[in-house]
Amino acid sequence: MKRAGFTTRWLPILLLVPQLLIIAVFFYWPAAHAVHSSLYLQDPFGFGSTYVGMDNYTDLANSTEYMKVGRFTLIFTLLVTFFSLSLALLLAVKADSVIRGAKTYRTLLMWVYAVAPPVAGFIGVLMFNQSWGPLTELARSIGWDFKLGVNFNDTATAMVLVSVWKQVPVNFIFFLSGLQAIPKSVREAALIDNGSATRRFWDVTFPLLAPTGFFLLIINITYSLFDTFGIIDTLVKGEPGNNPMTLVYKVYVDGFRGNDLGGSSAQSVVLMVLVLALTVFQFRLVERRIHYT
Amino acid sequence: MNQFKITTAAAAIAMMANTAFAEVEITWWHAMGGALGETVNTIAKDFNASQDDYKITPVFKGTYEETLTAGIAAFRAGEQPNIMQVFDAGAATVIGAKGATIPVQDLLVDNGFAFDINDYISGVRYFYADADGKMIGMPFNSSSPIMYFNVQAMEKAGVTAPKTWEEFQTVTAPALKEAGYTALSQSHLPWIFTENFMSRHNLPFASNNNGYDGTEGTKILVNNDAIKAHFTAVTEWQKDGFFEWFGTGWSDNQTPFEEGKVAIWLGSSGSFGGLSKKDLNFDFSATYLPYWEAVTTEPKQTFIGGAALFAMAGHDADENKATAAFFQFLTKPETQYFWHQETGYVPITEAAYEMAKADGYYDRAPAAEIGILQLSLPAGENTKGYRMGFYVQIRDVMNREYGRILTGETTVEDSFAVIETEANALLAKFSKTQK
Repeated sequence: MKRAGFTTRWLPILLLVPQLLIIAVFFYWPAAHAVHSSLYLQDPFGFGSTYVGMDNYTDLANSTEYMKVGRFTLIFTLLVTFFSLSLALLLAVKADSVIRGAKTYRTLLMWVYAVAPPVAGFIGVLMFNQSWGPLTELARSIGWDFKLGVNFNDTATAMVLVSVWKQVPVNFIFFLSGLQAIPKSVREAALIDNGSATRRFWDVTFPLLAPTGFFLLIINITYSLFDTFGIIDTLVKGEPGNNPMTLVYKVYVDGFRGNDLGGSSAQSVVLMVLVLALTVFQFRLVERRIHYT
Repeated sequence: MNQFKITTAAAAIAMMANTAFAEVEITWWHAMGGALGETVNTIAKDFNASQDDYKITPVFKGTYEETLTAGIAAFRAGEQPNIMQVFDAGAATVIGAKGATIPVQDLLVDNGFAFDINDYISGVRYFYADADGKMIGMPFNSSSPIMYFNVQAMEKAGVTAPKTWEEFQTVTAPALKEAGYTALSQSHLPWIFTENFMSRHNLPFASNNNGYDGTEGTKILVNNDAIKAHFTAVTEWQKDGFFEWFGTGWSDNQTPFEEGKVAIWLGSSGSFGGLSKKDLNFDFSATYLPYWEAVTTEPKQTFIGGAALFAMAGHDADENKATAAFFQFLTKPETQYFWHQETGYVPITEAAYEMAKADGYYDRAPAAEIGILQLSLPAGENTKGYRMGFYVQIRDVMNREYGRILTGETTVEDSFAVIETEANALLAKFSKTQK
C-alpha cells in the first residue's frame, strides 16, 4: 500500500508553522519562563533576584499547608468529577426516554451551561448567605448550622455543590448525544435478550457510552482542577482565610496577591507536571481499553 | 437654538485652547470602590478645575491587592501610572523597591513646594517613612481601628462602652447578652487584634525596630503571652456567646452590627462615612479600642491603616511636577476636610484637623473625631507601625490560623507557633529578594 504524503518536504513544515508558533508563544515560552523564575527569588518590582536553585521546590515539599491544599484539591476533584458525571448521566438517560416536550426539557437542562464561573460562584454566595440565604435556611431546617466562609467543611460543600451544578449541563449534552448515537437496532436486540432495564443499561448502553464517558472524565478532571478558579474566588470573596482552596487558587494567592513570584512559579511548574502525568495516563493506560466505534 | 450654538462654539474654543496649552496629563491608580471612588473622582475633578496646567485621571483598579499587583506588572512593563495607591500591608514591598518610587518628600521639595513632616498629625507621620524618617508615601486614606457601638443597645443593657477588655468581659458583655445581643464582632483580625493590639499595648511586633531598620534578620514577635492570652479570652467569649466571628470577609462581620444583632463592632474609623449614610434603625457612636489592664496601664496610640499614594518613578519632569502639584492640592486643609467628612478617614494634617474643629464638625458628629484622637494618644517606641516584607502573605497566614482557632480546628498555642514559623520563613525569603 502506498502511503499518502506530501511531495515536497517544505510544504508540511510551512503548514505546521502557524500552529507551532501559537504553541510556542502561548505555551512553551511562558512555561520556560515559569521554570526559570521558579529557580529564583525575585523582588516583585524586578530590581533584585537571587538564584536559589531548588529551594522553592523544597519549600513546597516541606510545607504542610501546601500538602493540605494538595489533599483538598484531590478530594475536591474526585467529588466534583464523580457527581457531575453521575448526575449528568442520570439526567441524560431520563431525558433520552422523554418523548413529549423533549426539546424544551433538554434546553432547560442545558441552560446553566451559559453561566460563567464567577457568576455561578456569586449565585452560590447569595444562596448560602449567612443571614438570609435560602440554602442556608434549608440546611438549618434539618439542623445543620451552615456557615459559608466560617466553617471549612461548609465552604467546601458549597464549592463542590456550585462546581457540580455548573458542570452538569456540559456533561448532559455530551451524554445525551452519546445516547442518541447508539443504533436503534442494538437497543432493540438488547430488549429481546433482556427484560430488565437496569441490566440493559449496564450491559449494553454503558459500555457503548464509554468513549464519551472517558472523554468527559478527562474534561471534568481538568475542569475541577483549573476552571473552578472563578467559583472558588467568588465563594471565598477573595479572602482565603481558613477556607479551603485548590492548587491553582494557591498559585494565584501566593503569586498575584502575595507577589511571591519564585514560589508561585514553582507551584505552577508542579501543576504543569501534574497535567503532563494526566495526559500520559489518558493516552497510555486508559485510551487502549476503550473502543471507539 | 442659538444658545446651543454659542455653547458648542465656546466648548470647541475651550478644547482648542486646551490643546494649545497642552496640559500635562497624569494618571492615578486607586482601590477606592463605591462611594469612596466617587469622592476620589470629585477630588480629581476639583484639582483639574483648580488650575489649567495639569489634568489627573483616576482609575479604579480593584481591591488593594489587585491594585498593587497591577501597578507592579505595569512597572515591569514600563507602563506605570504616575500615582499608585498602596495599602499598609504592601508598604514594605513598595518602599523596599528603591527606584520604583520617588519619595514624596523629595518630590515636593524638588518641585518647590514646602514640606514639613511636623505638619502631619503624629499617628500618620512615620508609617510610610523610611528608617531615617523621610516620608516615602503620601498617607491618603488613613484610618485606625476603633470601637463602634449601638447606643440603644448599651442603654437597654445599662452599660457604657468598655474602656478595658477586663471591663468588657466582666461587665459589658454579660449585660449585653442579658439584653439579647451578641456583644462583639470585629472585621479584621490581623489588623485590629494583632498589629494594633501591639501598638495599643506598646509591644514590639518585629525585631530590627519593628522591621524599619532593614529586612536582614527581621523576625516577627507575634508569639507572645499578651496576644495569646487575648486570643484565649476571645475563644472564651465565643463560647459564652459574647463574641461571634462571621468569617474573614470584612462586611460579613459588619452586617450583623448594622442589623442590630451585634452591639459592639470593631471596624475602621474610615467606616464612619458609610455607616452614617446607611439607614440604621439605631444610633451609633464610637470610642477608643479597649486595652488589657493586665498588660499595660498606659495604653498608647494606634497607627494608621488604609493606604498611601506613591509617586512612581520613570516619568518626565513635567509629569512629576504635576504629581507634586496634586499632592500639594491633596494636603490642603480644604481638600482634607472634604475627604474626612465624606468618608470618615482622618484628616492627615494638623491644619485640616484644626479646620474641622473650628467648623464645629465634631460637635455635630463626635464619633468622627475618635480616629484622629486615638492616633494622637501618647506614642511609645512600638507605635510607629511595622515594616515587614511579603506581609500580604503573612496576613493570609494569620487569617487562616485565626479562622482555625475560632472554628475549633486548632489551639491558640499551636496556631501562634505556626504563624511565627511561617511568617519568619516569609520574612527570610523576602530578605533574599532585596539583594
